[in-house]
Amino acid sequence: MSALAGFYQGHWILTALVALPLVGAAACLLVREFQAKHVALAVSTAALLLSLPLFWTFDVAEAGFQNAVSMEWIPGWGVSYAVGIDGISILMVLLTTFIMPLAVAGSFSYIQKRQRAFYAMLLLLETGMVGVFVALDLFLFFVFWEIMLVPMYFLIGIWGGGRRVYSAVKFFLYTSAGSLLMLVAILALAGVNQGQTGEWSFAYADLLQTELGRTAQMWLFAGFAVAFLVKVPVFPFHTWLPDAHVDAPTAGSVVLAGVLLKMGVYGLLRYGMPLFPEAATDPTVLTVLLVLGLVGVIYAAWVAAVQPDAKKLIAYTSVAHLGFVMIGVFGLTRQGIEGGILQMVNHGVSTGALFLLVGMLYERRHTREIADFGGLAKVMPLFATALVVVALSSIGLPGTNGFVGEFLILLGTFQTRPWIAAIATTGVIFAACYMLPMVQRILFNRLDRDENRVLPDMNLREKLVMAPLLVMIVLVGVLPGPFLVRTQASTEALLVRISRDAPAAVDSQAEPGGELPPLAGEPGGSRP
Amino acid sequence: MNEAGGLAALGLHGQIAVFTSAVLFVIGAIGVLMRRNVIMVFMCIELMLTAGNVALVAFSRAHGIEGHIMVFFVMAVAAAEAAVGLAIIVAIFRHYGVVDLDRFRLLRW
Amino acid sequence: MNLYEPVFPSLILALPLVGAVVNGMGAFLWKDNKIIPSVVGPGVLVAAFALTALNTVLFWRMGAHDPSVTGLWTWIESGDLRVAIDLQLDQLSLLMCMVITGVGSLIHVYSVGYMKSDPGFSRYFAYLNLFVFFMLILVLGASFPVMFVGWEGVGLCSYLLIGFWYENREYASAGKKAFIVNRIGDAGFLVAMFLLFGAFGTLDFIPIMEAAPGSLAYGGLLVTGITLLLFAGCTGKSAQIPLFTWLPDAMAGPTPVSALIHAATMVTAGVYLVARSSVLFALSPVAQTTVAVVGAATALFAGTIAIKQYDIKKILAYSTISQLGYMFVAVGVGAFTAGVFHLMTHAFFKALLFLGAGAVIHGVAHAWNHGDEGNQGAADTPWAGDPNDVRNHGGLRKFMPLTWVFMWVATLAIAGVFPFAGFFSKDEIVWYAGVMGNPAVWAVSLSAAILTAVYMTRMMMLCFHGNNRTFGGGSGGGLHEAPPVMWVPLAVLAVLSLVGGWVNIPSSLPLPDIHILGDWLHPVFAQAEAVAEAHGAHHEYVSPVGGGEALWAGISTLLAIAAVIAGFLWLRGSRSRAAELAQPAGGVSGFLHGKWYIDELYDRVVVGPLQAIWRVCWTIVDDGIIDRAVNGAGQAVRVLGWVGGQLQTGRVTAYLLVFMLGAALVLGILT
Repeated sequence: MSALAGFYQGHWILTALVALPLVGAAACLLVREFQAKHVALAVSTAALLLSLPLFWTFDVAEAGFQNAVSMEWIPGWGVSYAVGIDGISILMVLLTTFIMPLAVAGSFSYIQKRQRAFYAMLLLLETGMVGVFVALDLFLFFVFWEIMLVPMYFLIGIWGGGRRVYSAVKFFLYTSAGSLLMLVAILALAGVNQGQTGEWSFAYADLLQTELGRTAQMWLFAGFAVAFLVKVPVFPFHTWLPDAHVDAPTAGSVVLAGVLLKMGVYGLLRYGMPLFPEAATDPTVLTVLLVLGLVGVIYAAWVAAVQPDAKKLIAYTSVAHLGFVMIGVFGLTRQGIEGGILQMVNHGVSTGALFLLVGMLYERRHTREIADFGGLAKVMPLFATALVVVALSSIGLPGTNGFVGEFLILLGTFQTRPWIAAIATTGVIFAACYMLPMVQRILFNRLDRDENRVLPDMNLREKLVMAPLLVMIVLVGVLPGPFLVRTQASTEALLVRISRDAPAAVDSQAEPGGELPPLAGEPGGSRP
Repeated sequence: MNEAGGLAALGLHGQIAVFTSAVLFVIGAIGVLMRRNVIMVFMCIELMLTAGNVALVAFSRAHGIEGHIMVFFVMAVAAAEAAVGLAIIVAIFRHYGVVDLDRFRLLRW
Repeated sequence: MNLYEPVFPSLILALPLVGAVVNGMGAFLWKDNKIIPSVVGPGVLVAAFALTALNTVLFWRMGAHDPSVTGLWTWIESGDLRVAIDLQLDQLSLLMCMVITGVGSLIHVYSVGYMKSDPGFSRYFAYLNLFVFFMLILVLGASFPVMFVGWEGVGLCSYLLIGFWYENREYASAGKKAFIVNRIGDAGFLVAMFLLFGAFGTLDFIPIMEAAPGSLAYGGLLVTGITLLLFAGCTGKSAQIPLFTWLPDAMAGPTPVSALIHAATMVTAGVYLVARSSVLFALSPVAQTTVAVVGAATALFAGTIAIKQYDIKKILAYSTISQLGYMFVAVGVGAFTAGVFHLMTHAFFKALLFLGAGAVIHGVAHAWNHGDEGNQGAADTPWAGDPNDVRNHGGLRKFMPLTWVFMWVATLAIAGVFPFAGFFSKDEIVWYAGVMGNPAVWAVSLSAAILTAVYMTRMMMLCFHGNNRTFGGGSGGGLHEAPPVMWVPLAVLAVLSLVGGWVNIPSSLPLPDIHILGDWLHPVFAQAEAVAEAHGAHHEYVSPVGGGEALWAGISTLLAIAAVIAGFLWLRGSRSRAAELAQPAGGVSGFLHGKWYIDELYDRVVVGPLQAIWRVCWTIVDDGIIDRAVNGAGQAVRVLGWVGGQLQTGRVTAYLLVFMLGAALVLGILT
């Protein structure tokens, strides 16, 4: 183990994770049409196996970056190739490599045209996503951030259905409009830094040292925040998401929901908050972000509850779930942020699984209208079991992963913003209101359509795709400790950093106080 | 730079040559703008190139041999351009049956 | 001093879980095998019961008083929050485990007979075992979050079992309704936990209960908020006003499920929660009064509905709601032991009633399927073909004598007739409601007790007496007694309903002085009682209108007997019975038959408007405003592009002209 650990200390592992899918993408284009999917599966599985040991070699006590490296890339502009992982990004990287093989395997029979290009795009997307999570140079980050858009645009635009071009263009323009503001903010930040140090640098570590006034922080934070809030997506910037999800192929939806949506919150945690602590802890800013998250939780659940299209319904649930994450992160408590990070992983697993399941239905019936189904539990018992488990995870039933995340988020934020958290708690009711009717209308009721009577249950490939997701759902639900512990040091460091500027807004130790009466004695420890 | 002084250095013959080139250039330019036949436009472009050549030769009286050298370059390029341009015109004619410039508005978004 | 070491406490939980997994696999792998589920399903329950009994006996024998906490693993740890999967064995949780695994075992055995011909046999036992697992987590969990795991887990199993016959849209909808209504309460439970964490920095029961009297102000806003929110959770889970509407619908599930989940165990979880948090409730008089008033109101209200129902399971469902109201009256006035006592006896006789009803339903449906005569009940009536409807029963005494006897035992027990179990527990509640609560709660409880006797007698008369209507008035050919696998559990429960009350006898009654239950539970509630006493709760042991406990116990049992006899005589006459069997048209009986139209009210006032708002959010706000604004921004850019595009004529000469003018301009500027 120690040999392996030493072997894995190097930065090569992250570089390999970025490069491997890129090589795989090229390989996909070179092989023959029917071989592309096998190459893609092999490459993405290899990336998963490559990244998996990181989970164990990661030093949970270390708050800084691990497996880090910084090399010159464009010295004239101060751009470096700097990568590394910490508690905020490790789970995201692993989530990406975990989701990708499933997304590939889930497309085996779904994608029939231009297979080589399709799988190449998926792998290119993986490069972009891993890159975003490991990049420690803002220029590099932005490059990966934009690289990601291109394959996604083609995935929706070429292999999608319905109004696929409309959705693809909307997705591309909406998100890139946000990114441009971020680019301006990045350049401005680097400029300010250059003014102070006399040298150009885009390195995250250097830019963290930049001293910014309050107004400058506000403007730059706004530039970053717009890009990230669109990506999350936070109400009211969410309307690209339902369109993109509905028209994307299954793998596109899985990756979009599973990984891409995490980048907004990840960006806020990695860049928005530490770079501009004063802006990010400003009470007005916090209130606005929390209220937007809260509106997302409630409003998206409401809209989801009346959707006739299963995919659109799930798309809106993503908005609601990410609203929870926003609430957790901007509650600025240990529990809230750790819960938020965990909830991002949970959402990736659960919603990814939901999209895969709906994709299986679509492959069989070529419709996603909920009303076209009914009584499927009779003919597809395994499918029904999987859908029920995943749906329960999505609505946060205790014992599944969703509960742990939501519980931490709400409990944490309740300590600093009780009203926001209390209102958000009603979201768990509405979650049941959108998910259970869908489950009922697809799986239960009478099997009254002849087309549905002959549907085959999940085949071996589909079982193998669903199995890891179901295992994760239960594993994180029952034993979230190993996942949470990896986020702790970095979360604490983050809170310490931002509380230097605004100690009042931060509740890093969750001390009982405020309007609550003081406690006599020290509760908690004693136990017979 | 003093323009008159510049021209004075060319001497009378030189000045005549420069004025000839200017007249040629204007004729060419007007032709390019006014003519609708692609062939004619093309010829006018050649005329403008020739005007340039004349000017180069004229100025080389005052500035040395470089002007003559440039002329050879221009002629070579003009020849190449003529080859490609005529080929395009022939292709257009084969395709549309006309060589009227006003009929070709593909550049409009 | 605590000598007690629990014996494999986690095995009590693990056994039903293993059963659930095995039967769950069986639902796919050996679908048609009925032997494995028949053995595994009840088997794990009996084993768990034996283990629980062993632990209870050890606890007792060693004279242990302090709870024993067994840690399994750390579940959620973040910042200074630490939630561990800990099992807390004390007097209260052991008693609950005894009821759950004991009654659960009987119901599992009964199910083997009841579900014999169902194609989902293995799936059924998987759900049922899973339910027991979650129910045991609920009562064994040593902290609020772990309890919440069980709390929502039993809700899940309830959802799955109500919608067990999912092909019926109404059944599936009933399951969904149960889950959603429960979630409303659960949200309150969650917020209560957040408040508790803020106040105590922990969510474990023992430290919270120890610290609460010192750190929370008596009657303070915080403790009142916490307890009221916890009680919101209870109203959902235990079907109290205003969240009771799901329980009658939940009768869509198989009848043994109704017996186990919707009568004996899960719905009493709310009472357990209040009892478990007794210290907190004792600190908040406002919350206590709320609990007692809601309980009393529910007891009376559900009783009035039960009196005009015809579906035998619905009658029992409203009866359950009413009895749960009683338990809340007890824990609301601070008589926690009485509440838990009634919880236990109710588990016996209500499980018996449901299983007996199941035997009747099973018998009627079986007779219809295999009988000689074709017509199913009175033709051309709304209730034709419904084996649950008492209008299709009648005179079953002749065909099912054992069931008849057992059902009468349970009826007398629930009516509170001496010496049956209900007499002791219900009398204690009514008594304490008068002594410790207020006169209104007492009067309502007393009248609800009389109602109980009335509607139960009515049900028994319509179901078992008079002439048989199963085949539209002909002979009841084909009807016969349930098989032994079904009636033996009934017999056991009948014995328990008979003697189950003799574990706690008020000392003022002229009976042997037995306080087993009170002594057993005393350590659990001692602190709450100390809190109540410290804040000046001093009770005169007389009822609001005078008279001691013995007198009022006598009066209430006489009232119950009178109500039973009156009902018996009233429905014995064929004319009054015929009148009772007619579909209620309007007036008071129609209103009661329509369940006070609460479901309709909720549909109109809550569900309908909410769904309208949701639609507005989607079509108008989302598609109409937000998305239109987004696309509008795109359109604006497009228009701008079109304006710019007008400058492009596409004519080469025009471009050249501009080019030359531009070149001239540039040259002019440069020179």
